[in-house]
Amino acid sequence: MRAAVLVFPGTWSDSDCMYALERVGVPSRRVWHRETHLDDDELVVLAGGFSYGDYLRCGAIARFSPIMGAVQSHAANGGLVIGICNGFQILCEAGLLPGVLMRNASLQFRCQDVHLLVDNRASSFTQGLDPRHPLRIPISHGEGNYFADEATLDRLEDAGRVAFRYCDASGVVTPEANPNGSVRNIAGVLNERGNVLGMMPHPERACDSRLGGEDGNAIWHSMLESVGVSSR
Amino acid sequence: MPVDDHTLAQVAMSRAEYDRLIDRLDREPTEVELGMAGALWSEHCGYKHTRPLFKHFPTTGQYVLTKVGEENAGAIDLGDGWCAVFKMESHNHPSAIEPYEGAATGVGGILRDIFAMGMRPIALLDSLRFGPLSIPHNRRLFKGVVAGIGGYGNCIGVPTVGGEVQMHPAYSGNPLVNAMCVGVGRREHLLSAAARGVGNPLVLVGADTGRDGIHGATFASVELDEGSEERRPAVQVGNPFMEKLLMEACVELAEQHRGWIEGLQDLGAAGLTSSAVESANRAGTGFELDVALVPRRERNMTPYEVMLSESQERMLVIPKREHLDDVLALFRKWELHADVVGTVTDDQMATIRDGGSVVARIPIAVLSDPPQYELEPERPGELDRLQAEDLDAPPDLAAADATAALLTLLASENIASRQWIFRQYDHQVLNHTVVKPGGDAAVLWLRGTPRGIAVSTDCNGRFVALEPRVGAAMAVAEAARNVVATGATPAAITDCLNFGNPEKPGVAYQIEQSILGLSDAARVLGTPVISGNASLYNEVPEAAVLPTPAIGLVGVLDDIERHLEIALHEGDEVVLLGAVLEQPVATLAGSEYQALTLGRAAGLPSIDLEFEARVQRLVLEAHRRELLTGAHDCADGGLAATLAESCMAGATGLDASALAVAGRLDAALFGEAPSRFVVGTRDAGTLLELARAANVPAVRLGTAGGARLRLGPVDVDIEAMRETYERALPERLAGVEAE
Repeated sequence: MRAAVLVFPGTWSDSDCMYALERVGVPSRRVWHRETHLDDDELVVLAGGFSYGDYLRCGAIARFSPIMGAVQSHAANGGLVIGICNGFQILCEAGLLPGVLMRNASLQFRCQDVHLLVDNRASSFTQGLDPRHPLRIPISHGEGNYFADEATLDRLEDAGRVAFRYCDASGVVTPEANPNGSVRNIAGVLNERGNVLGMMPHPERACDSRLGGEDGNAIWHSMLESVGVSSR
Repeated sequence: MPVDDHTLAQVAMSRAEYDRLIDRLDREPTEVELGMAGALWSEHCGYKHTRPLFKHFPTTGQYVLTKVGEENAGAIDLGDGWCAVFKMESHNHPSAIEPYEGAATGVGGILRDIFAMGMRPIALLDSLRFGPLSIPHNRRLFKGVVAGIGGYGNCIGVPTVGGEVQMHPAYSGNPLVNAMCVGVGRREHLLSAAARGVGNPLVLVGADTGRDGIHGATFASVELDEGSEERRPAVQVGNPFMEKLLMEACVELAEQHRGWIEGLQDLGAAGLTSSAVESANRAGTGFELDVALVPRRERNMTPYEVMLSESQERMLVIPKREHLDDVLALFRKWELHADVVGTVTDDQMATIRDGGSVVARIPIAVLSDPPQYELEPERPGELDRLQAEDLDAPPDLAAADATAALLTLLASENIASRQWIFRQYDHQVLNHTVVKPGGDAAVLWLRGTPRGIAVSTDCNGRFVALEPRVGAAMAVAEAARNVVATGATPAAITDCLNFGNPEKPGVAYQIEQSILGLSDAARVLGTPVISGNASLYNEVPEAAVLPTPAIGLVGVLDDIERHLEIALHEGDEVVLLGAVLEQPVATLAGSEYQALTLGRAAGLPSIDLEFEARVQRLVLEAHRRELLTGAHDCADGGLAATLAESCMAGATGLDASALAVAGRLDAALFGEAPSRFVVGTRDAGTLLELARAANVPAVRLGTAGGARLRLGPVDVDIEAMRETYERALPERLAGVEAE
């Protein structure tokens, strides 16, 4: 398996994602947003950052980048796409995922560990995760307050497309565990086919015990197992 | 044409300085020349009052690669071909007027200093001072500054990993905002900021030039007054997104195309003027620059405005002629525009054209030789009176009140948890933050190697105010202690010298004595000064700020997996190193406890630097022998607050109730004597033996465990304590401040 890590002007988690992928044995390459092809990369990563400074709505300019056409085709062909933080925002703006990410309810940036309840095990990204054990993964964003209308939310829940919810350390979904005001504590959602995941927390930062934890690796391992690549 | 006083005031030049300029030129300066000279001769750029004292700094040492003054920042050797550059700079005056943009552009400016040297910025820290948060205006400044630091650092993707903040009435209306940046890279990628190679082009890259920040350097060189609000146009506006692109392009140049360029220089205070003049001065060359070639964001800008604009996010590149096109293409790839605006010449002159006409032609030597003033220091009479105060006169703390006193300290704005601040900063991006904010020093991993660095900033202005030479030495000692507490060896320091008006004899005394004290400590502790910045005229009409020579210190850690943190672990034996329990009352001088109980600082703090060095060596030696499980610098709030922090960090208690405290209880619990560590160990016997051999006093306090901290008469539940400690700042900062 090989991964393409997209770099938009203002992306800053590209090297972090490449390091996390390296830790689980996945080679990766950077792809500048002006490129138009994705060769045979099986996984596309839209990493965190402030594309175009987030001066307009987050992700609203990046979705027009030349590479996004190739991302759309890759997703349409069932290829794996993960958008983390700013990458999640871009996927929402590009229409690959439903909903929007608004300013945090606190009106402040938040960088802290959160716990994630695995709410769906039917996707490549989540099938190998243990729903009884919440993942401890950091967030780092000012605009991660997920919102969609009630009908959309019901549809997402009915179809099992809520991948992760903010919960407390014991796995209980509570208002206190919600760091940004996201509706129904949603931290990550899937597209209809389950091959596109967007999430605000940064699994690539929880990839090495020397850096405070490695719960994020479970997501990459799950993905690798889903495509028949044994990891570790 | 004789110049009027108003014009001179605008460039912050005295009549005598103007006469000196005429003397050096042998004619009247043109308007542009006057502006350029005014900016470069300002206190901010020219260090008129402090430079003569810099000779006291120790500048060499086993780690030093690039000495202070040679480049934009100094560099130290991290081993195996790796090096680190770091520097701290002030952005006080802009932040007083416009806290968000002032702080944000302070961060942007220090980042440029680092990547101008070809190094990748890996960490930011901030040393902040405000007036008491009970005053709404101070809260507004505090929140604005924190938001600005986060706004810039979070967007550009460099982690903000540490720093410190202290509140004191003397900073009301004149906050201090000092930003520090550390960059690392390979030694062979270190760049110089020199305009070498006659005929090479000068390329300006990044943002367009506007009218923002004109006279910023001179604004930074005068006292704040009621008219300062009108100086708001002198505050720049930041664009971290643009700087992210600049940073990536410049690091790529250094790492992959070092051979394409001769020099790289950032544009900071005094904009194009200082960057072109400094880089030519460094190379012994001259330059010709055409302002008509400088891309503008505003119409009808005069050559004067273009040369003095402090628009942010600009760099000056001096490519080798034959690689000009390569360099321009690289910037284009990063979606930046870059323009040739001039040429390196061999005449040692700064020649400014506006298309066909020459608007300034002035020797680099004149611009680079600002007047120097000997300070006229006079020891303030009140110092003797303050120092002579009988600290034994106030009654000692009653044993029954000890727990409440500790809780009051933990809730004080100078000690309470900084979580409210740090959670607004991305402190993890780049995946190398090993010890996050909240410890003694941040620890960063040099990924791909076993090594790391530890970084800390420090200064307690109350100590400096009571006796500047002692207080400044204590600032260096504490910064070093913080780094030693992580297991790292202190390597070098940067300083940011914040003082009031140097023309006042009392302030002059503070400056002179602080530089001497800082130098004393740097010499004894083996941490030479590799970079720094002076910010004077930090005064409002009521008063000057506390003398605040902020210290940024970087230490080297050989094995990142063997670093220490402040947390105690259940079962650890807890030992106080560097002191016995009983403390003289003089250790309350300048302490937080004194500030809370007496409402001011009095007495004479003291430090024995040779002893300090011995204690630090002992801790490093104990760590080398794998005797330690954790370590915490014993400082703000004294032994009791230090133990409280270590207990909270480890979510464990400690029973040291059996210890009998002789002498004054308040001094033993809350005195702030330097040269002390609280450490955890699994082998107290060997550790105490080692301490004895090193002639360092040590006391075994007890064993960590349980849910309560018991220390003499103090008895408090850890979680209750945490509640107090963590809620204090958010409660003070709740709500929205009106403009």
